Amino acid sequence: MESVEQIEAAAEKLAAEAGLDEDDRFHISMAAREAAVNAVLHGNHFDPIRQVTAGFENTGAQLVITVADQGAGLDPAAIPDPLAPDNLLRGSGRGIFLIRSFMDEVHFRQLHPGTELVLIKRLSQPGNHP
Amino acid sequence: MALTIASREVDGVIILDLNGRITLGEGSVQLRDAIRGLISKGQKNILLNLAEVNYIDSSGLGELVSAFTTAKNQQAEVKLLKLSKKVHDLLQLTKLYTVFDIKDDEAAAIASFK
Repeated sequence: MESVEQIEAAAEKLAAEAGLDEDDRFHISMAAREAAVNAVLHGNHFDPIRQVTAGFENTGAQLVITVADQGAGLDPAAIPDPLAPDNLLRGSGRGIFLIRSFMDEVHFRQLHPGTELVLIKRLSQPGNHP
Repeated sequence: MALTIASREVDGVIILDLNGRITLGEGSVQLRDAIRGLISKGQKNILLNLAEVNYIDSSGLGELVSAFTTAKNQQAEVKLLKLSKKVHDLLQLTKLYTVFDIKDDEAAAIASFK
């Protein structure tokens, strides 16, 4: 679980240094936390031998956070919709939904082994404001 | 900040005052143990005061849902009191706002169990 806290804190720092407001910082750090939990829990199944790796980049146009596990792989199309009436009372299955809700883009890249989630938050460009 | 849970009883309703985060590895297990402990003792009316909870992750949301369904299966009831804006927004986003009975006023919440 230590890696989850580290990834959450690093994402919060990245968002803060980009000058984002409190809501955006909350959303980005929570999305990163959910990605990290997903990697540790569902990807690596708490196996201490398997590693979670993360990257944090501000390209100037967007924030890019990557979180990778060494698990069996994740098929995003197979994730049930947590908003479906039959799934509302499920005790799990909301992590990827929250990530997608809070970020502008989410990409899944299959590794061998594992899955890498790429989370992107676009930054407002100076001059784009009215 | 880890989760702290203080318990009090008002007019037959157990109020759990939660303070901190409800997340995987921090508050989820504590909340589960507290709810199950109350239900195993036959407590039917449980009010979770979330006024001092400003962070819940997907595991914490799952734990709230599990508390709700565990209680319902035992003919007990779990209601929520005083959501912070962040928690309110999360419950709306995940449509859990439609699942829970959510109150802003403690006296009204206690009366609603009768």
